[in-house]
Amino acid sequence: MTVTLFVPRDTSARSVGADDVAERLAACLGPDADVRLVRTGSRGMLWLEPLVEVATPDGRVGYGPVTVDDVDGLVDAGLLEGDDHPLRLGPVEDLPWMRGQQRLTFARVGVVDPLSLEDYRTHGGLVGLRRALAMTPSDVVGEVEESGLRGRGGAGFPAGIKWRTVHDATSATKYVVCNADEGDSGTFADRMLMEGDPFTLIEGMLVAAHAVGATQGYIYLRSEYPAAAETLRTAIDIAYVNGLLGESVLGSDLRFDLHLRMGAGAYICGEETSMLNSLEGRRGEIRAKPPIPALVGLFGRPTLVHNLLTLASIPMIAVDGGHAYAEHGVGRSRGTQVFQLAGNLARGGIVETAFGITLRELVEEWGGGTANGRPVRAVQVGGPLGAYLPADGLDLPMDYEAFAEAGAMVGHGGVVVFDDTVDMAVQARFAMEFCAEESCGKCTPCRIGSRRGVEVIDRIIADQDRDLNLVVLDDLCEVMVDGSLCAMGGLTPMPVRSAIRHFSEDFRRPGTTPAPAFGRADESDRHADRHPAPAGAMTRSATEGTQ
Amino acid sequence: MTGVAPAAGPGLGVLEAVDLAVAAHRDDEGPLLEVLLSVQAELGWVPPEATRLVAERLNLSRADVHGVVTFYADFRDSPPAVHRLRVCCAEACQARGSRDLVHVAERRLGVGLGEQTPDGRWELDKVFCLGNCALGPSIEVDGATRGRITAASLDTAIARAESAGTGAGTGAGT
Repeated sequence: MTVTLFVPRDTSARSVGADDVAERLAACLGPDADVRLVRTGSRGMLWLEPLVEVATPDGRVGYGPVTVDDVDGLVDAGLLEGDDHPLRLGPVEDLPWMRGQQRLTFARVGVVDPLSLEDYRTHGGLVGLRRALAMTPSDVVGEVEESGLRGRGGAGFPAGIKWRTVHDATSATKYVVCNADEGDSGTFADRMLMEGDPFTLIEGMLVAAHAVGATQGYIYLRSEYPAAAETLRTAIDIAYVNGLLGESVLGSDLRFDLHLRMGAGAYICGEETSMLNSLEGRRGEIRAKPPIPALVGLFGRPTLVHNLLTLASIPMIAVDGGHAYAEHGVGRSRGTQVFQLAGNLARGGIVETAFGITLRELVEEWGGGTANGRPVRAVQVGGPLGAYLPADGLDLPMDYEAFAEAGAMVGHGGVVVFDDTVDMAVQARFAMEFCAEESCGKCTPCRIGSRRGVEVIDRIIADQDRDLNLVVLDDLCEVMVDGSLCAMGGLTPMPVRSAIRHFSEDFRRPGTTPAPAFGRADESDRHADRHPAPAGAMTRSATEGTQ
Repeated sequence: MTGVAPAAGPGLGVLEAVDLAVAAHRDDEGPLLEVLLSVQAELGWVPPEATRLVAERLNLSRADVHGVVTFYADFRDSPPAVHRLRVCCAEACQARGSRDLVHVAERRLGVGLGEQTPDGRWELDKVFCLGNCALGPSIEVDGATRGRITAASLDTAIARAESAGTGAGTGAGT
């Protein structure tokens, strides 16, 4: 009987050697072995990568983290039978990390062969699309309204309102645009879904196209994700060949063309209007709203713009109906959120669960505290524009409104953990530095404000008129919040102010030379060491380079 | 201009690269970014001559094309080195020591961020997020993401790229 082995092809798994493990497995088993090696997405238990699974009568048994050097021993120990070994984790579906989740959007990621349409169908794919195509567009919009789904990109805008607006707009051409410009640090769910289950995204976009009357679709993908691009490109080709894209989708009247477009290294293009300009081949400068993209979007036409996870949530809603989806969650945060645990955590990865779970549960129970065992000091939620929360402020339910009340934001669900060696004045400075580097330049508070912000924080760190400069910084933050055209300048003060509020002692240390931006501290250091030095010679303590 | 990288890819001049790119994307809606990405994928950078030709072919002003080229960080105005090392400097990797890792990388290659080695073999840069935030600190070597990087595994990654011969460090990581 053919034995099936699974090794992830996900970028994170490959970043720690999954390709080498797969290669070694194939070599070790030999060409005559009756083994099928499937390259899946990742289960999202990233600390266990590379995670090798084998199909057994008791389900898929996992081993991890597997290094190349472990492979021969694993095979000898009876990997193909799911036998015992120090790296054996047991049936993957029964692991507490997997069992405790409610995987709706990520149900197939890590399970299926991402580029097998047959696998996709076997695991419930296309059921939602078939059901949606049998309904009137307006009824499909109604399901999304009922689901309570809100934009997963960060702003949390009710999806149903957008769908209704584009549906009601009159135009010969309408667009569905997927924002896959996942630039926020601490977020990687978009990437993992594209690499692990791309047909879900395509199906979601098809349902959306049917509902709002769109014939053209674009996926805007950042250039830092070449593997996702390759997977998507192949998936789109497969979809065309199998009648899922193009004329008469699945034999219906729906016609939908889908294009993949690459970005070119601009964080701001994750902002929807900036992304639209970039898709049009222009500088990624943001547009003032109104007009809203739902009415005047890509090439001036009505456009449904959504984050990738929002669109990938649609097939499930189409299968079970909006009501079933809305059963999950709390308050006005319905459904599930794909939380991404990142930074200094023992167990980083994907936790998809209903809204309402607390940040402490995510960091301590799921994440297992820091990787190096030091105390957690700060947690940044929602990307570079999200607030820093202190270790004693983690009893906050993951819920758009609860976070907003606490001066923070859920954003795209990214959670980045720092240990007690972090210097929050340096992190505040970085927030301004990042804004200065990535600002599109369209509005003054963002373009100039961020540069002045770096300078003012440098003076605070150096203890030059510290109290006065803290007032100036607060003033500057107010101008940026009130005067910026988009969330880039408008939210950059959030990490800065939260750092000052929760970690004021870091802004009160004896004056030091302003922290250098990334890289060389000074020129003499640089030229003193032109020649490569042996390994380990320059390992520094965790804080030395920053203060 | 330092480095051994030629002004154009093997056998392909600026004119041919532009014409190929324009032909491939002529029917796209809003083709400029696509065309420029193709040109860079072919040549490794966007020479001034290409800007002029692209403007001409797409019936745009040179200012429009120049504006787009200079807006996006991926577009290069000089030829790439053979290999490219990028260190992720976003928050999740900062929490895992990427600031120190930058120093290590600088000393290994003997250049600072944004610089090339005098022999044109390596260039070093930072990148804001490779989407590998649970397995940081992360680097990208010739387009491939590597996680859980230490000083020792950085050396291994550099050595592996060297022994793999010519790099894939050109272009926009595609």
